[in-house]
Amino acid sequence: MTFGLPGRDASLRALSLLAFLAVWQLAAVWLQSSMLPTPATVFARVIDETVSLALPTHLGVTLMRVAVSFVLAMAIGAAIGIAMGRWRSVDLLLDGWLVLGLNIPALVTIILCYVWFGLSDTSAIVAVAVNKIPTVIVTVREGARAVDRRLLQVAQAYRLPRWQTLVRVYLPQLYPWLIAAARGGLSLIWKIVLVVELLGRSDGIGFQLNMFFQFFDIAGILAYTLVFAALVLLVEAAALRPLERRLNRWRS
Amino acid sequence: MLEIEIDRKRYADRGGYPHLALSGLNLQVGDGEFVCVVGPSGCGKSTLLNVVGGLDRDVDGRVRLDGDAPVDGVGFMFQEPRLMPWLTVLDNVLLVAGRSDAAKARAVDLLAAMELGDVLQAYPGRLSGGMQRRVALARAFVIEPKLLLMDEPFVSLDAPTANRLRAMLVELWQRRRSTVLFVTHDLREALALGDRICFLSGAPGRVVLDFPVTLPRPRDEAAVLALQAGLLAQHPALLAGLTARGEGTPGRDDG
Repeated sequence: MTFGLPGRDASLRALSLLAFLAVWQLAAVWLQSSMLPTPATVFARVIDETVSLALPTHLGVTLMRVAVSFVLAMAIGAAIGIAMGRWRSVDLLLDGWLVLGLNIPALVTIILCYVWFGLSDTSAIVAVAVNKIPTVIVTVREGARAVDRRLLQVAQAYRLPRWQTLVRVYLPQLYPWLIAAARGGLSLIWKIVLVVELLGRSDGIGFQLNMFFQFFDIAGILAYTLVFAALVLLVEAAALRPLERRLNRWRS
Repeated sequence: MLEIEIDRKRYADRGGYPHLALSGLNLQVGDGEFVCVVGPSGCGKSTLLNVVGGLDRDVDGRVRLDGDAPVDGVGFMFQEPRLMPWLTVLDNVLLVAGRSDAAKARAVDLLAAMELGDVLQAYPGRLSGGMQRRVALARAFVIEPKLLLMDEPFVSLDAPTANRLRAMLVELWQRRRSTVLFVTHDLREALALGDRICFLSGAPGRVVLDFPVTLPRPRDEAAVLALQAGLLAQHPALLAGLTARGEGTPGRDDG
């Protein structure tokens, strides 16, 4: 690992963030409109909402839904993707469903889940997971098709236990695909969870945004969005990128 | 004692037609014996090793190691090093050796003896081809194999590197006394290494000549070459498939 570069990387990232804030500030001052409050107004709103505990509560609820549906979608999607990449018959059996799943509008699954399973958290999570699973499958299936059988033969020749073959020989070949699926997955799930909340839950960020929309409360909308965006960047920087670096150490 | 009896081994070729790779192949290898299997390209040498190593179970026949199907203690060296690129050199060896302290000590000693002590924590992608083969050789020996299967392990290396690896192999084998089944298309390599050479016919492969090599070890180049010339003169028709390659430099890949 080099020591000069990460510092440079970080300052470039910070610079792009500052540029964004500057443009926002300029635009707000120039427009002088309640449709675009200044960054300061929005930050003040973030503080207010945090102190009143409204923001942490709704954020917590949303995060919980994101986490549960993410884990669910990754686990189910990866398992089906591996099976489809590994066995041609499974691939043929499920491929039509996969194409269907990829193309059904998120709104349709959300509405159907609410109608069929009731306006509950379970329906919300199922709806989100169902939307995400097909894209995980597509990515992981590609990885499973590219798995090097010659390395699996090594595991077989040395009679490695199944578990060890999976964890030390098979899955490492899938890591790049799993990371790609996780990254794409998170970004999709954030978006869909909010829609799900807007349509059928009485808490969560999506619900709050809908309230603000009713009252044309732009500062409120931006305050929640800002916190949300900060959180996404944090997850990327604190979890996904370090994980990817660790898994790709051997490539350098 | 390793006993191999293969009545029939077929596989589907690229067009999907069944191809008879081995037929009526019988081979016995004594404990601690180093047997080379030599034959022309496509005679089923690799298929034979895959069957013996349990990689291919779709076969009419049986393989017995001391009376039972081989389970543990079988080392396998492939044509390519086949190291896990995401594991360090040491972890690649430990992958098959287990995580016990004894296994770790054995792995470190073995790698040090093969002059890999400085690269224990390196990833295989950074090593030369010759070094990668040495890691693969260490991986094969770290389990203290009862049976060691080698499928042209030194092809596509330059001659000095290949010779050095052969010397390491013989030294390890003499210390450990594993039973070795070594497949090659290179007659000179077989004569330099084996206690005995089994010649396979073209497909479907079976043993057509069982030739004991009585040269004392360490074997020098001239004696090996003389023996090769004598053998080719004695069985010209039988070894016809090998003469073209047998004269070539050892350790060349036939692509």
